[in-house]
Amino acid sequence: MSTLLSVENLSKQFSEIKAVDALSFSVEKGTVCGFLGQNGAGKSTTIRMILTLIQPSSGAVYFQRKEIRRYRKEALSQIGAIIEKPDLYKYLTALQNLKIMARLSGVKRTEAQYRQQLERVGLADRADSKVKTFSQGMKQRLGIACALVHDPAFIVLDEPTNGLDPQGIADVRNLILRLSREEGKTILISSHLLSEVEQIADHMVIIDKGKKLAAGKVSELLHPSETVVHLNAVNLQQAAEVLGQSAWKDQLQVQHDHIAIRLHQEEIPVLAAYLVQHQVGITSLQSRNSLEDLFLSLTTGNQHVAAYAH
Amino acid sequence: MWQLTRIELFKVFQKPRTYIAFGAIAAIVMLVQLALYIDGRTYLDFMLQSIQQSFEINGVVLNGYFVCFIILQTLLVHVPLLIALVAGDMIAGEANMGTLRLLLTKPVSRTQLALSKFFASSIYTLLLLIFMALLALFGSLLIFGQGDLMVPKSEMVVFIDRSDVFWRYAFAFGFAALSMITVASLAFLLSVFAENSIGPIIATMSVIIVFTILTSMDIPLFNAMKPYLFTNHMLNWKGFFERPVDYGEVLKSALVLLFHIVLFVSLTLYIFRRKDILS
Repeated sequence: MSTLLSVENLSKQFSEIKAVDALSFSVEKGTVCGFLGQNGAGKSTTIRMILTLIQPSSGAVYFQRKEIRRYRKEALSQIGAIIEKPDLYKYLTALQNLKIMARLSGVKRTEAQYRQQLERVGLADRADSKVKTFSQGMKQRLGIACALVHDPAFIVLDEPTNGLDPQGIADVRNLILRLSREEGKTILISSHLLSEVEQIADHMVIIDKGKKLAAGKVSELLHPSETVVHLNAVNLQQAAEVLGQSAWKDQLQVQHDHIAIRLHQEEIPVLAAYLVQHQVGITSLQSRNSLEDLFLSLTTGNQHVAAYAH
Repeated sequence: MWQLTRIELFKVFQKPRTYIAFGAIAAIVMLVQLALYIDGRTYLDFMLQSIQQSFEINGVVLNGYFVCFIILQTLLVHVPLLIALVAGDMIAGEANMGTLRLLLTKPVSRTQLALSKFFASSIYTLLLLIFMALLALFGSLLIFGQGDLMVPKSEMVVFIDRSDVFWRYAFAFGFAALSMITVASLAFLLSVFAENSIGPIIATMSVIIVFTILTSMDIPLFNAMKPYLFTNHMLNWKGFFERPVDYGEVLKSALVLLFHIVLFVSLTLYIFRRKDILS
């Protein structure tokens, strides 16, 4: 698998604030790469630097091994992007917007092809309606159609599910999966909805305060042999005290409504037995192994651990 | 480049605000024509009261050429606002709508994009002036007929034979186009700094009002500044209605305006090429 995009030592300083700090990662051809971070972590700034909207303070972005700022036109002709919300020309129709974006991308399609593109995102019957009459979900789908109008090899989606209802989120997710699996597109997707990324990404990069925290295959980062168990008990304080004296005392995160314990799969029955033995009234014991747990453990640290244990 | 300019023109002419300027010009021109048609004689008597004591003026003074001159004199002072309405919106309006970042993720160079926007504003300006010429000149000729042109000045009047007038209007409109494109380039430059179009429109008008005040006040300090203020040269379309025409002076003004256009557009390109798109 070859590298399509490579971000090398990228930094951006806005007066006093360092939005991105020596960030490096790469996106392999044909993969879906999730780009994760809390609000203000530097995701959008990084994406804007990838798309040459913002000049980096230092470092560089390479697309197909060529420095993207030097080969901007060549690179952008192979990239389709949506940055945050899909703002389009509200006073124009969906078809007119699509035509403008196609011409700007240097491609010319027939009327039928444009309508086919709109059909692909479920907007065929609204092709001649002005965008100002569209819902947020429809605008998002039109934004995706505009990003794909020149059939790019690489698609950058910055928070593509922002402001969408559950159906809209599912539609976007299905479209991304289809683009990846059926058309072999390479996709970089940033989102704060971690569960969404978890369902579609093969690789991911997690950043916080502009710095990379983790990167790699989703399957490897989630440590299949390890899991996180969420424990709910009648008396959470008592449970925390009991666990604080156990072998798992360094693997606890005590939250306001549950205790998270990181352990190996085979330890779960042992944990249950231990809790019963110490007369902890268990109300639920749930095994979780999600990106969200990993993300939270990486970005929030262990500051909540042992709040009750000591 | 032409393809990009066509896209920009398409967007400009799909916006309702574009037609405000055409509507306003049509309304003002027709109102002046109507007023002069109904009560033009009183207006002329008032204008010529000092001269009529010494001279007798015969012939059709209130003709199409004269009415067009009065309209241009009145209107060209206010047209910059209508130009700024569109030119000030070219970049700032896109930033405000969030479409600027969309445009700049397409494989188009920033220089070409900015130039196409400037060309689109210039073409809009030219169309506005052509529209104004059609209404003010041909409309007035249709309503009031032809005649020798009387050009009123502060202490005298200049008469130009009807056969010698038309080319002067052609050049005057050409010069006015240069003046208005200077305004468009200023609004365009200010547009690159803002993320909504109100700022550049107000700023453009403020610059023009301040410069016009400096131009019109007869104070030695301001007089020394006048040759460098582009607003001082904008009204030199009237130079074509002198007898004889001082071509040196008109050309000098045209070059000053051209210099300002090149300066403002170059600055816009320099800033726009380096601008971080955060909108």
